[in-house]
Amino acid sequence: MSQLSAGAGTSTPSRGLRPSPDRPSLTSSSPRRLEKAAYGFLVLAAGVSVLTTVGIVVSLALPAFQFFREVGVGEYLTGTSWTPRFTEKSYGVLPLITGTLWTTAIALAVCIPLGLGAAIYLSEYASTKVRKTFKPVLELLAGVPSVVYGLFAVTFVGPVVLKQWFGIEVQTFSVLAAGLVLGVMIIPTVASLAEDAMSAVPRSLREASYGLGANRMRTVLRVVFPAAVSGIAASIVLALSRAVGETMIVTMASGSQAKIVTDPLEGGQTMTGFIASAALGDSVQGSLQYNTLFAVGITLFVLTLIINLISIRLVNRFREIY
Amino acid sequence: MSDPGHPVDLSALAADDPNPHAGDPTVNTTATVTTRTPEAIQAGRIDPVERPRAVLGCTDVSVYYGDFRAVNEVTMDIGVHEITALIGPSGCGKSTVLRSLNRMNDLIPGTRVTGTISYHGQDIYAKDVDPIEVRRRIGMVFQKPNPFPKSIYDNVAYGPKVTGMKTSNMDDVVEESLRGAALWDEVKDKLKQSAYGLSGGQQQRLCIARTIAVKPEVILMDEPCSALDPIATARIEDLMMELKKDYTIVIVTHNMQQAARVADRTAFFTAEAAEGNGDRTGHLVEFDLTSKIFSNPGDNRTEDYISGRFG
Ligand SMILES: Nc1ncnc2c1ncn2[C@@H]1O[C@H](COP(=O)(O)OP(=O)(O)OP(=O)(O)O)[C@@H](O)[C@H]1O
Ligand SMILES: [Mg+2]
Repeated sequence: MSQLSAGAGTSTPSRGLRPSPDRPSLTSSSPRRLEKAAYGFLVLAAGVSVLTTVGIVVSLALPAFQFFREVGVGEYLTGTSWTPRFTEKSYGVLPLITGTLWTTAIALAVCIPLGLGAAIYLSEYASTKVRKTFKPVLELLAGVPSVVYGLFAVTFVGPVVLKQWFGIEVQTFSVLAAGLVLGVMIIPTVASLAEDAMSAVPRSLREASYGLGANRMRTVLRVVFPAAVSGIAASIVLALSRAVGETMIVTMASGSQAKIVTDPLEGGQTMTGFIASAALGDSVQGSLQYNTLFAVGITLFVLTLIINLISIRLVNRFREIY
Repeated sequence: MSDPGHPVDLSALAADDPNPHAGDPTVNTTATVTTRTPEAIQAGRIDPVERPRAVLGCTDVSVYYGDFRAVNEVTMDIGVHEITALIGPSGCGKSTVLRSLNRMNDLIPGTRVTGTISYHGQDIYAKDVDPIEVRRRIGMVFQKPNPFPKSIYDNVAYGPKVTGMKTSNMDDVVEESLRGAALWDEVKDKLKQSAYGLSGGQQQRLCIARTIAVKPEVILMDEPCSALDPIATARIEDLMMELKKDYTIVIVTHNMQQAARVADRTAFFTAEAAEGNGDRTGHLVEFDLTSKIFSNPGDNRTEDYISGRFG
């Protein structure tokens, strides 16, 4: 801009190069206020979410920092007893971590095979009609509140399905029942996302495979799956994050006893379960008990982050084959 | 399976009724014409007007997409070791016919084929026929090159692997197929690289290599050169002439010169509005030796089309 106008200013006014008055001007005819306003709003929207994230991290980090000044990271991470609310206090987070790992592992063992199976069925085998009815139902299922699932786990899956039908002697609260129901809750997420990823694989690739005499299963496993791997991995990572972060089901179904879980038939508290139940208590702001919540919160945050990073690594490794 | 060069039995469960049409003269159209060997054709010893010795025979074939009849009552034979070209204006059903020859249309929900398409006398749409077996023997090359997002090597090895072909050495199969598709010299040093790094013409030859790796008897090609420049097109045409010695080829093309150059026989299709409704249904106008179609067509519409007055 400045160069152009400067050039125009120094050069001798030549008749031929001057735009004639009847030629349309290239300067914007309207100030485009609406567009500017829209732009401003979009920047604001993006900014709010970034700021919120930063806010969460800071508000977690400050009390957690207080906590670690008193307790010490080593003791926290390696201690095997979690009794912050007892008279004899002890702050080893391992019991909560084992609770979370158990429920998460069981949930993934349920939702990955079933979710991917449903996705393969929907995208590769089901007729258009079945797909068109099934998928909305699936997405509806993803919208059921988790408290309903929690109720379902405590009143039905534990005592009826596991105990009566399968004769598995679970306790009233068990990580098994919680994990199973957690997995069921996540199935629609996995199925829906993985189905999207697989449906996005171009038909020409499937046709190429069929044209060579491959059957459906081979086509799915060797062409569609690898081509959709990043989307499928994303669905699993999301499932993992949801399993680690899900609160209501585990609070209701796996009990509030913080102990190292060695047997899935027993109950055990998870990190989210602890935060949910302790946050409802009457801890004084700034007290150690209060800060404990944030220490566990940030542990959860870091754990999820690590899991996501590992998953991304794995996906990239897997993709390097091509 | 063990002798992919001359497959006849397509039945997946062939145990009880291996050849349901063995004694059926309406299906086994041309088995009696035994003098028309490939050697004889190549040597020009056969009366060229004679019907082709058919690998594939279509009798009154109509193809429907749902209620829409895309092509109506096509009857033609695909001669062994010949190149058969399907030409005609856009939308007249060339691809539809081609895709019905190896049951590729099965993949589109709602398609239906009536009439008979027989492969060595066996109806490929019979109940006990496994479409997977059909496609193993009747391979396909598509309009747009569609290599898998895998390495060049894996693209070629894919077919033999998934069809369970017994191969003593996969490397040899890959080399042989790439040589067969005139691509070996260009890619022999980068077999492990992604197929997506190849040019369009190379990708299309890779797709041909991938197809011949499973040793089909027939190769269907749907406008294989439409995405390619003249030089790449010429290479594919040379390749087709070469492949003709071992394979039977059916090609859809919009390029008249291409049909005239490579095809032994040419089928001209057109689409005309059906009575009753306005659906444009394709049908076969004329099927004859290419030389005859291009020099002395029997139908005015053919002449108009190939001389560029229509379509
Ligand atoms: N999947 C499909 N579903 C419904 N109708 C289809 C489908 N594929 C093709 N058709 C219709 O069938 C008719 C024939 O189509 P086809 O693709 O066989 O024509 P074509 O001769 O190959 O044309 P082009 O030269 O443009 O490739 C057209 O009217 C087309 O609209
Ligand atoms: Mg076509």
